[in-house]
Amino acid sequence: MEIAKVLDAKGLACPMPIVKTKKAMTDLESGQILEIHATDKGAKNDLTAWAKSGGHEFIKHEEENDVLKFWIQKG
Amino acid sequence: MTVNMMTSKDVTKKVFNKEELFILDVRNEGDFKDWKIEGENFDYLNVPYFDLLDGVEEILEKIPSDKELLVVCAKEGSSVMIAEMLSEEGLTASYLKGGMKAWSEHLEPVKVGDLKDGGEVYQFVRIGKGCLSYLVVSNGEAAIIDATRMTDIYLEFAERIGAKITHVFDTHLHADHISGGRIIAEKTNATYWLPPKDATGVTFNYSPLEGGNVVTIGNTAIDIHALYSPGHTIGSTSFVVDSTFLLSGDILFIDSIGRPDLAGMAEDWVGDLRESLYSRYRELSEDLLVLPAHFMIIDELNENGSVSEKLGTLFAKNHGLNIEDENEFRKLVTENLPPQPNAYQEIRETNMGKMNPDEERQREMEIGPNRCAVR
Repeated sequence: MEIAKVLDAKGLACPMPIVKTKKAMTDLESGQILEIHATDKGAKNDLTAWAKSGGHEFIKHEEENDVLKFWIQKG
Repeated sequence: MTVNMMTSKDVTKKVFNKEELFILDVRNEGDFKDWKIEGENFDYLNVPYFDLLDGVEEILEKIPSDKELLVVCAKEGSSVMIAEMLSEEGLTASYLKGGMKAWSEHLEPVKVGDLKDGGEVYQFVRIGKGCLSYLVVSNGEAAIIDATRMTDIYLEFAERIGAKITHVFDTHLHADHISGGRIIAEKTNATYWLPPKDATGVTFNYSPLEGGNVVTIGNTAIDIHALYSPGHTIGSTSFVVDSTFLLSGDILFIDSIGRPDLAGMAEDWVGDLRESLYSRYRELSEDLLVLPAHFMIIDELNENGSVSEKLGTLFAKNHGLNIEDENEFRKLVTENLPPQPNAYQEIRETNMGKMNPDEERQREMEIGPNRCAVR
């Protein structure tokens, strides 16, 4: 999997992880993948729902030492 | 225009007083559908905050101008952002301090009655989750029943009214919320009572609460009579306080009855549940004021926000107490049950002392409505 960009949203509270993700996404081309790191637990549900409503593909997520990692492909 | 902050206490007053409020809930749709702030005269619009990042123009026409507006999210951050955006468009908006997290944890104390020889009974209404807990005070001594994990609220309340907590009870091993009983008992050196049949797996010491036990609070002998009433759990125990109040735990509610399935034993316990509701409770005085451990819908609240009803009235009106056919009763409480409470297995293990999740995790485990009842 080729990652076009990594966004560090660790330590940020809602709504900032999504605000930053949205902004980072605008710099990508359709089909490119954004990797997001966050610590806000609510980010998982919100990123999933946001990706869906924005026409992006939520590829997967992992949890590593309290850091949530997400991969989203721009639609 | 301006952005104001509203507290859970402010919103609770609006629920109790049946005031109007327009709630813009900016959590995602699944969370909103699962659980929201309920009020008889509340209206709602659910649009996730992440669909409003480019602006709120699209929803302006859906927000009535003649109602107070409250923006709600999970923890507060997003609701502040959206309230500010609405304010820039000329609206006056409030956000809920602490979001649904604070709403879930808010306890509103309401006095539900006086004891015969002085003393009082208070109900702590956990309005966001439908849990009810109690403080009985007499002559400077207090008992707490079915405490939530927000233990400071009870400790501060007892201190304010000058009462020493001497006894702490749980009517049963809870599956919908984390009990604060053990911690309160530890902090106050009070006796912690649990029904032994629910406590077989617990990792701590407790006093076994059994039918026939009488515990005295205060010098004026306010007696708490334990009444074994299995069905929701195998150990479920009700209390009669001062021969006046029936604390029914999760066996009998105002407009519903307890569900027997949360420990995976629906088929085994349905007979106990019927026996408790249709025989043991029938032997009690109809004048007893029933004080349950939950409410399910906002209609169950009285004018002053408390949740209570005379046992005789419930015998006449509560559908769950009026099913003559045993098979029909069995069907009601074992089939088509509502979804089980969030993380109920983990909550049970936490209440047994087998798990010690941190506060953040405890909060997550308790998210959502209580779902302990069937109608």
